[in-house]
Amino acid sequence: MNSKEITIQISEAANSLNLKKWDYGASFSNDYSVQVDKGEAKQLKASQKQILTLRVWNESNLVGITTTSDISESGIKKALNQANIASDFGNNNERTEFSPLAKDPIEFKDSKKRNPVGIKKLLTLLREAEVKLLESHDSIKSVPYNGLSESFYERVYANSDGAFRSYTKSQAALYLYARAEEKNKKPRSSGSVKLGYGVEDIDVESCIKDASTKTISHLNYASIKTDKYLICFSPESFLTIINAFSSMFNARSILDGVSLSNKNSIGEKLSTEALNIYDDGLHEKNISSSPFDGEGTPTKRLCLINKGRLENFIHSESTARIFKTIPTGHAGLGSKVSVSPDWIVVEKSEENTDLKTSLDHSKYEGEFVYIEELNAIHAGVRASQGSFSLPFDGWLYKNGKKISIESATVAGDIKYLLKNIVNIESNQEVTTSGISPHIWVDELSITGDA
Amino acid sequence: MLSSQIKSNEIVFGSCNKDLLEEIISYGIELGADFLEIFIENTDNSSVLAEEDIITSVSPSFGRGAGIRIFKEKKDGFVSTNDLTKHGLMRSVSQAIEMLDITENKKKEVFNGLNNHRDYSLSKKKWINEVPSIHEISEKLLVSTKSLKKNNKIITRKGSYSRNLQEVIIASSDGTYASDIRLHQTVGLNVIASDAQYRSSGSRRFGSSGMPNEFRLWDHEKAANDVFESSMNMLYAEYVDAGQMPVVLANKFGGVIFHEACGHLLETTQIERGTTPFENKLNEKIAHESVTAIDEGISEGSFGSLSVDDEGMEPEKSVLIKNGILKKFISDRAGELRTGHKRTGSGRRQNYSFAAASRMRNTYIAKGEHSKEDLINSISDGLYCKSMGGGSVGATGQFNFAVEEGYLIKNGKLTNPVKGATLIGEAKEVMTKISMCGNDLELAPGFCGSISGSVNVTVGQPHIKVDSITVGGR
Repeated sequence: MNSKEITIQISEAANSLNLKKWDYGASFSNDYSVQVDKGEAKQLKASQKQILTLRVWNESNLVGITTTSDISESGIKKALNQANIASDFGNNNERTEFSPLAKDPIEFKDSKKRNPVGIKKLLTLLREAEVKLLESHDSIKSVPYNGLSESFYERVYANSDGAFRSYTKSQAALYLYARAEEKNKKPRSSGSVKLGYGVEDIDVESCIKDASTKTISHLNYASIKTDKYLICFSPESFLTIINAFSSMFNARSILDGVSLSNKNSIGEKLSTEALNIYDDGLHEKNISSSPFDGEGTPTKRLCLINKGRLENFIHSESTARIFKTIPTGHAGLGSKVSVSPDWIVVEKSEENTDLKTSLDHSKYEGEFVYIEELNAIHAGVRASQGSFSLPFDGWLYKNGKKISIESATVAGDIKYLLKNIVNIESNQEVTTSGISPHIWVDELSITGDA
Repeated sequence: MLSSQIKSNEIVFGSCNKDLLEEIISYGIELGADFLEIFIENTDNSSVLAEEDIITSVSPSFGRGAGIRIFKEKKDGFVSTNDLTKHGLMRSVSQAIEMLDITENKKKEVFNGLNNHRDYSLSKKKWINEVPSIHEISEKLLVSTKSLKKNNKIITRKGSYSRNLQEVIIASSDGTYASDIRLHQTVGLNVIASDAQYRSSGSRRFGSSGMPNEFRLWDHEKAANDVFESSMNMLYAEYVDAGQMPVVLANKFGGVIFHEACGHLLETTQIERGTTPFENKLNEKIAHESVTAIDEGISEGSFGSLSVDDEGMEPEKSVLIKNGILKKFISDRAGELRTGHKRTGSGRRQNYSFAAASRMRNTYIAKGEHSKEDLINSISDGLYCKSMGGGSVGATGQFNFAVEEGYLIKNGKLTNPVKGATLIGEAKEVMTKISMCGNDLELAPGFCGSISGSVNVTVGQPHIKVDSITVGGR
């Protein structure tokens, strides 16, 4: 069945059960991936998946939901029945409706959908990449974590009011994580991930080079003394922090009492005036972009922080109604509709005269810690309290030398961090989770065991 | 002898699928596979969320699918599908054969048909009717969140329940033919407390396997008191000062440190990748002599227990470390094939879309002879980690864990609560520093995410003392 046929089938089944109001979100995917081990194929995977999430409204206009991978005729009927039963427990205090924007026109850019190259080609490419990475430096002994994959998927949203949206996409990913060993030293690891619309779009050579350079750069390591340091966040690590505390921008989190913001926080000064942050799911560099969210609301660019001040929250249909605004295209379909950012873009605003522009990670000669990548976000972030304590990969720059830091954590508070931004470099870099320049923050605590 | 007559063109749960399974396996073996395994599942799940004094989410879900794995020498091809028809499963076999580039028709392996059906589900078919209804769950969750409302500093109260019922069929070309029904239930409470600029949170989760009545027996009042006290104790806590110090890790979920820092490194998947420092250390001392560690899947009702693993093997009790000496690795089929370590009934996966891998089940440090007080009294200046958050281990064995609820130890006594602590170390080193084990072993349920998805586990230990560890703070 294609998505149109599924919609007809759901409509007919709903009619037969006297369910007049319903919507659904679905995804259908085919994924292929390979892993190698020292030139040999290790695991080759293919999967065909379908997921259907159905909501129905009962006579009291309360919503019930069911998710299933069974889209047979009987599966759809069972899902509608289960959703109908669940609607008896629908939340009367916070009602859900169709998005008022579910039938608005959506911006359809070229999806750049590619054709599958097939498992054999994936295997050949990954084998070659592994060999090149192993040959790039004597100390690189293995590439324990590696993979090359391609996915082809369709996402659909439709409702009983006549909304129907669908798009198809392809995506490919390469990751190479190398392990380097030298005599009388601890093994060191690092890696690189590259995404593309298809395998041909992935810059394999730069992935190999990044993985090799990063891994080798950690060979010369030392412990760091526990103290407060001037920190330079890489674009990737700064985006990790912003995403980890995105509940600050999230209307759902505010209503749930787990955000640092409240309903009246719009306009609050959070940072230097030099900082702008947007959520831009449709950005041309966002390979995973989706033209609509789980409720069918069109995706759009939204300013979250404008010249250091909180400008907008991200919304679903129900949170927007409570906040007396319109949905922003950030909803995920669920019994309780979730809200989350798409793709964060960090920029330097026009009001940037207070920045210390001499702080440039490629030129600055003073002492600072460069945080390349933050780890264990799930364990070290207290989003509702604003605090974090996170292990990281990075280097100490001191006396003109760059030394990899062994086993250390950076700890602080997100509000303190944002207020203590002392420079936002000019060049933005594209990462897998958004775009950001290097960001400098003064006086953050680092714990090491030196 | 193979059955030649096909009785069904689709897998039917609760029926005999032997003929169809044999035909599919024969097909793969005849095409040149060394080994073929079929894992088929049917799930019926539901979850309920109570926030403050209302039910805000009821989420039922159901699904079915199959994962087919073919080995050719030491490499494997894995295909997953939602199509459980004969045609769909045959197509998946063909796809796996093609992926592995098996072109030779010369038949090497012989499939002699499936063995007698080991049906572990016989006594479990009634479970679906014995678990609490959504209505019953909702009522109890609402009573639980009400119990959390003990003062006006509690600003957020949540109670959550989830139930996963999984019916599985496992068949493979070595004759394995088993089926089972698994039931996992978890319930959790969370609060956020706030007073002026101070904020804290508290959470506890409870879980069981194979006990449909367990939620009804759950002592929600005790749980609510525990979560409330934890959040109040931590509300005005100061940030811990960073540094090297001795720590005492509490029992139950304190065992997460062993799970993350050592347990994962004893899975054969880590040997396959060359990422464990313990690879060639069998029968060598890798931990303090006070440490004996066990991984097993047989404790009745424990969250990581199972009647049969996802590769059709009954789980065993594996003594991983005995008095500091490494005795065994946790192994699955691929692990045995690629590393030579015998399977331990630890082949596990989140669902049909993952190939099984060697994974922990109920993993714990065995009890010692000391009381909790003995451990604390032995420290003049250190940290007591009463409740641990999550953690992770890097590819070279470095680990870190968040401490949710911590107290300073001064002159052998517990003193002020402290927040923001993270324990940082290296598996190889910390295992030699566990110098005292308490006599109060307890297990706690959790979810472990790794190569084959998220699986139910328990972690556990008695109170233990680590002589020195890096504590990250402010």
